[in-house]
Amino acid sequence: MPIDQWLPGVLRAGALIALLIMLFILIFLIGESWPVLSKLSIAQLVTDSSWHPLEGAYNLMPMLTGTVLASTGALLLAIPLGLASALFTLFYAPRYLAVSYKRLIELLAGIPSVVFGFWGLTVLVPLINQWHPPGASLLAGILVLTLMILPTVTVTAHAALAAVSDELARNAAALGLSRWGTIQGVMLPAAKAGISAGIMLAAARALGETMAVLMVAGNVVQYPETVFDPVRTLAANIALETAYAMGDHRAVLFVSGLLLMGLIMVFSALAEALEKQQHA
Amino acid sequence: MQEILRCLVVNSFCFVLAMGYAAQLGAQTKNTSQRLVVTGSSTIAPLVNEIARRFESTHPEMRIDVQTGGSSRGITEVRQGIAAIGMVSRALKSDERNLHAFTIAQDGIGVIVHASNPVTGFSRQQIADIYTGKITRWKVLGGADERITVIHKAEGRSTLELFVDYIQRRNSEIKPHVIIGDNAQGIKAVTGNPHAIGYVSIGAAEFEIRRGLPLRLLPLDGIAASVEAVRQGIFPLSRPLNLVTLGEPQGLALEFIEFARSPQVHDLVEAQYFIPVNAD
Repeated sequence: MPIDQWLPGVLRAGALIALLIMLFILIFLIGESWPVLSKLSIAQLVTDSSWHPLEGAYNLMPMLTGTVLASTGALLLAIPLGLASALFTLFYAPRYLAVSYKRLIELLAGIPSVVFGFWGLTVLVPLINQWHPPGASLLAGILVLTLMILPTVTVTAHAALAAVSDELARNAAALGLSRWGTIQGVMLPAAKAGISAGIMLAAARALGETMAVLMVAGNVVQYPETVFDPVRTLAANIALETAYAMGDHRAVLFVSGLLLMGLIMVFSALAEALEKQQHA
Repeated sequence: MQEILRCLVVNSFCFVLAMGYAAQLGAQTKNTSQRLVVTGSSTIAPLVNEIARRFESTHPEMRIDVQTGGSSRGITEVRQGIAAIGMVSRALKSDERNLHAFTIAQDGIGVIVHASNPVTGFSRQQIADIYTGKITRWKVLGGADERITVIHKAEGRSTLELFVDYIQRRNSEIKPHVIIGDNAQGIKAVTGNPHAIGYVSIGAAEFEIRRGLPLRLLPLDGIAASVEAVRQGIFPLSRPLNLVTLGEPQGLALEFIEFARSPQVHDLVEAQYFIPVNAD
């Protein structure tokens, strides 16, 4: 009984603190980018000829495009691979293989992003360079990001599928459904919400990933014409230039932070909309 | 509602307590030892760090806190009074004349290519043509028939400023394939790509070449890029490494600057492949 008396208060306080921190970050971002938002027009961030902040040109669109392209590419690769790994370990692999495979994927999830970046820079980039110079490219970024979000997709899909009640699986078996019939007719629909939540988590990680992408993507501010062209993502831009930026340049970097946050908000809104549609 | 309020009160009480405690701690350390904050160029920071360690060993009551973030940050924080001394890896600009600069060493910027690249040297015009996209293949310069990968730095770096000044172009005219952050990343990018060209601090490049990395420093305008050439003042791409202060330095700051310019630290300067100055 005493626990029930003080627990709600503690929980509410915790929730309140999380909310306040979020609000403070937002206020801080808006405050720091205010010099630019009030002085320059927002249109300039879209219509300027290029990104040369020291020469007064602040076009963020190529970097927004780069961010979205790199994340989308990585998701397109990681979703099928991750789902396949989860299904394989749960339904097809022999037990000893399933356990060690799952450990391996979990290990992959724990590798810090700089390590992926370093591997990308020393192995992947020279390899792509032999095929199609300069090597540091959108493709390298996509591949490194894929490796990084693959475990997120796999682990969450695995957890969602494993959480589907045994009863459903047994009923499906009793009805004489094949293994694939059970998976696609019963397990996947039942685990859909958990799987898509994992994908959104992976998407958010891909959008915000900085170090690994910075090391392999080449960081040239431009609209890529092929996957072999280098790109710069918003997060990489902040990391590359913040330390050396002053005045308007610095404020525009905070605007790109704001933009990144907006992008992630759009993603989570999309996830919610998807889920509602599914329940309707 | 009441509970939320109560929790808020309790939380803010804890917060105030913590703040008070932290402030007291801060006051205590201030009393027992004198602290000097030095911030700025990542080129100078490792050297100043070594100098600071030696300085502290003879002045045990002093603490010197070395932070990096680029020359621009050094200037800004000295102006704001956050740092006592700024590290600036270039000569002061005309709008920075209100600061006092003390040169502690000289550094040169060298153009680097992969060791397997047969090209023997460039003129200033050729480098400008490579970086503005007029020369795109090594064949034109007597190398292999391969596309040149142009490695450039992120906007705001002092190395970039010096380099762009040297080729007499504006940064927006440069057409890079890869953009990097610090010297180490530039060296990795060139060692990983036989057709790349980049520019880094000569000291850093000579150090890595001696360690056996497949790199080559190219002569500029017929003058070999070496620490020796920079020392003699004949190398075209060189820069002073400065400590700057707001107003005449006094007390601890003055003592530290004099120490950093004295012959007592020449071995440290040379260990970082910079060239010591003779203080008069």
